[in-house]
Order: sequence, then C-alpha cells, then structure tokens
Amino acid sequence: MNPTLDLLYRLADDQLILGHRNSEWNGLGPILEEDIAFSSMAQDKLGHSLQLYSLLHALGEAEPDTVAFTRNAPQFHCCQLVELPIGEYDFSLTRHFLFDHAELLRFEALATSSYEPLAQVARKLRGELKYHALHANTWMKRLGTATDEAIERMQRSLDFTLPYALGIFEKTDAEAEIISSGLFVGEDELRGRWLESISKVLAQTALEVPDVLALTPVLGGRHGQHTEHLQPLLDEMAEVFRLDPTADW
Amino acid sequence: MYGSASTHDLPTTALTGLENEDPILLAEFEARINRGEKIEPGDWMPALYRKQLTRMIEQHAHSEIIGSLPEGTWITRAPGFRRKMAQMAKVQDEVGHAQLLYSAAETLGKTREEMLTDLINGKSKYSNVFNYPTPTWADSNVISWLIDAGAIVNQLANAKGSYGPYCRALDRICAEEAFHLKYGHDAVVHMATGTPIQRKMMQEALNRWWPAIMTFFGPSDKMSVHTEILMRWKVKMASNDECRNQFLDMYVPKILEIGLTLPDANLRKNEETGQWEFTEPDWEDFKRVINGDGPCNAERIAVRRAAEENGAWVRRALLTPKAQYVRPLA
Repeated sequence: MNPTLDLLYRLADDQLILGHRNSEWNGLGPILEEDIAFSSMAQDKLGHSLQLYSLLHALGEAEPDTVAFTRNAPQFHCCQLVELPIGEYDFSLTRHFLFDHAELLRFEALATSSYEPLAQVARKLRGELKYHALHANTWMKRLGTATDEAIERMQRSLDFTLPYALGIFEKTDAEAEIISSGLFVGEDELRGRWLESISKVLAQTALEVPDVLALTPVLGGRHGQHTEHLQPLLDEMAEVFRLDPTADW
Repeated sequence: MYGSASTHDLPTTALTGLENEDPILLAEFEARINRGEKIEPGDWMPALYRKQLTRMIEQHAHSEIIGSLPEGTWITRAPGFRRKMAQMAKVQDEVGHAQLLYSAAETLGKTREEMLTDLINGKSKYSNVFNYPTPTWADSNVISWLIDAGAIVNQLANAKGSYGPYCRALDRICAEEAFHLKYGHDAVVHMATGTPIQRKMMQEALNRWWPAIMTFFGPSDKMSVHTEILMRWKVKMASNDECRNQFLDMYVPKILEIGLTLPDANLRKNEETGQWEFTEPDWEDFKRVINGDGPCNAERIAVRRAAEENGAWVRRALLTPKAQYVRPLA
C-alpha cells in the first residue's frame, strides 16, 4: 500500500475503534464524572478518525461513512489493543493511559510531517490529546497509590495490557518509506518516547513496571489480523447503516 | 431530558405535618415565595417542602441517568459519523444533567450515594417512559425529539419555581435541551421523509411511543387532586393537564406536517375550549409499570446496579479518611 494511505488507515482505524469502545461507558462508569469524561474522549476520537478518513477521501478513497461503516475486520488496520471490550474500569483506564500517551507523542511528531495536510490535522489534534493524557495520568496516579484493592487491580490490568500496547508500534512494509520520506519518525522511535513518557507517570505510583521491551508484543492488527472482538463490534456499528445503504440517515 | 411530573404527585399521607411547623416562620416563608423570591439552601423551609423537593429533584436526576440508557444503547449503532457523534454528545448531556441535579438535590441534605442507593433498591422512581423498550433506531429518535420536547415544556415551567438551586440547574438544562430538540427533530425528519424502510420504521416507532408520550406528564388533573400546596409553594408550576395540552398544541402539528400519523382516532383540538381531546390513557397500566411491572424496569435497574457495584472499588479508592461530606451550595 502507498505509505501515506498505510499510515492514515492505521491512525484513523485506531481512533474510530477506541472512540467506539470508550462510548460504551455511557451509563456504566464508576462515577458519573467518568461516564462524561469517557464520552468526551470518545467524541474527540471519533472526530479525529473522521478528519483522518477525510484525508483518505481526498486521496481517492471512499467516503468516510462508507470506509468506517462497511468494511469488515480483515480490512481494518487498528492495533488489537483498541478493539478489546471495555472490561472493568481498571482495564479501560489502563488502555486509555497506554494508548493516549502513544497518540499524543505520535501526533506531536506528525505535526512536522512532510505530508502537509496530515501535519495540519496533527497540530490541531495534539492539543486535544494533551487533555486525554492528562486525564489518564490523573487517574493512574490516584488509583495507583490508593487502596490495596485499587493497586492490585491496576497492577493486574497493567500486566495484561502492556503486551497489547506494544502492538501499537507494529510496523508494516511501508515503514522504511514512511521514515525516509519524512511522513513520520517511525514506530521504533515512537515506542522509545512512549516508554519514557509512561515510565515517568508510573514511577509516581505503587505499580511495578516490568521490563517492557522484553515482553512479547501482541501483533497482527496492522495486517488485518484481529481478535474475535472486532467483527462483532463492526456488525453492531453498521447494524442500522446496513439496513438501507441508499438511505440518508 | 427528562424530568416529568408523572411521579411527583404526593400521596395523601405526605400532606400532613404542617401543624408541627412554626406558624410565623411558615408565614414568612410563604410571603417570600409570593414575592417571587428564591429559597436558598441555608434558608428556613418547612420539612414537607424539603422532602418534596428532594424527592422531585432526585427523581429528575434519576430520570436523566436511566433515560440515558435506552438512547445510549444506540450510540454504538448510530448510522454514520454525523449521527454517531451527535448521539454521543446528546446522551452525554443527559448524564451531565444528572450530575447537575444530584448536586442541586444534595443542597437539601441527601448525598448522591444515598440517592443512587435508593434508585437501585427501587425506593425512588424515575420517569416512567424509560421503562419502555427502544427496539429500533427510530425509537431513539422519537425519544430525542418528543420526550425531550415534553421535558422542556415541564422544565421551563419548573424553572420559574421557588427553589434557587433547582431553578438554576433547570435554566442550564433547558438551554441544552433546546439543541436536543433540534437534533431529534432533524433525525425524525430524515427518517419520515426518507426511504420506504426509514418511513416505516419511524411510523412504527411513533405508534409504539405515543401511549407513553400521552402519560409523560402524569395522570389527569381529575385524578391528582393533592397538588394545591405544591402549587402554592411553587414546587409544581403547571398542572399535568396544562403541560400535556401545551405539548399537544406545539407538537401535533409538527408531527403531522412531516407526513406521520398518530395512532389515536379521537385526538383533536376542541377549538371552543382550546383543549385537546384524546383517548384517555390507560392509567391502570401506567400505575402497574411505575410500580415496577413494566417491560424494562428490571433491565434498567440491573444496568444501574451493575454500574454501582462494578465501580464501588473506584469510589472506595477515592475516599480519604479525613474527608467529610459537605453540602454543596449550588
């Protein structure tokens, strides 16, 4: 795939799927304020994916609605981390923390991308992602230093989620060209920055951080290999849209 | 959304107890209300006023979070980016309204945690319409438009009431509801003027929801005779029938204008009296559902209970040993 399309699809699909997942917290949050916060982040992420799909559309791909609502799992390029069910709050929070640190750093880097339309979008999005990371940090520090029960839950979630989080940085065949053309600094570089960034926050908690780079990453998502959870999510998302593909909803 | 008078009417037994109030303070209190002053959290108020307002604001708050469930279930299925984002924002507003209203109710002395516990134990109620299912996307659109419209009629009236924190919360809520109304109307119009599949889906949803909509403002005034003191204290600002009539005045023409029909052959406006005539809703069924035996009561409470139980560890982790409950000032 053309390196620009390859990169954009990965970015857009991550945002769409995690936005969808975060929206599932409506009515289920541990406190109302978290229902509201997860909804805000979900709306942002959906908005981000729309902007990225719009860039793809400008490059000749189908309309954003068509791309988002009619593809099946093997055509998606999101990492497996974002497609996992929301689980309990400790998992959703940990995923949000690990993912949004990567996203913030990714879009900060993309702000100087050689592909100017993407750089423009990134300069806008990074301002919003800063708040997502801030929200995650606040809660990680709070719960990661609170009761034994909370610390134990957060530790379990961190241990479970880290291998999936490493899948964020899975490379595709286009990686070398993406870096050499100045589109993006590349996944290895991003992973290094990310590790530094999350480590700083986790150091302020009672959580034990394993040797992250020694973990076996969960890969496949960038190449269309997904967990059993993605297709049902897509079927649900498209349930109404597919009732009448000719309709204007 | 979503407050409605339908669960606010006092049982007869609750209207006693005024004889224990200091007559001078009571007279001053009533004089303040007559002058149009707002009652604030620290002010003297009769126990019955405090009790009834707590109950009313609390039920309104519960209606917001329970009401977010039938619409919330359509967030993940909303067709297309535009609807998906709007549905998320709309439902998020409702949860935000609950947050505002719980704070307003807390100024009367009951904590949010206590209110939520009463909700999941069935001790306090919420708007009865949310005990009905939303089997299609169109049902969700009907709620966004017409249930929110009904709520606005009710809330605009109550915003002129006597309790300061509740009025201020309602002012903010109504401003957001005005957008929901536009969103709901736009979604319904798209469906009602769309493809045959869409038109059919919308008409069926409207037919399903109409009986519940007709009960939204609560039983006929003929049946709820105990509201006089609540009107005098400006707790209740308009009667159930007044609200219902106003709603029909405003929305029946809009519904018919987009080619939808209403499933009540007796529905017509009596031009002489200015009052709408309609088939009397089934108030026995209404009572049965409000008392827990509706199609979705158990499901709604189960979802809320699961949220409370699954999130309990987070709330425990947030507690600090030295913190004390302080009534917000709102």
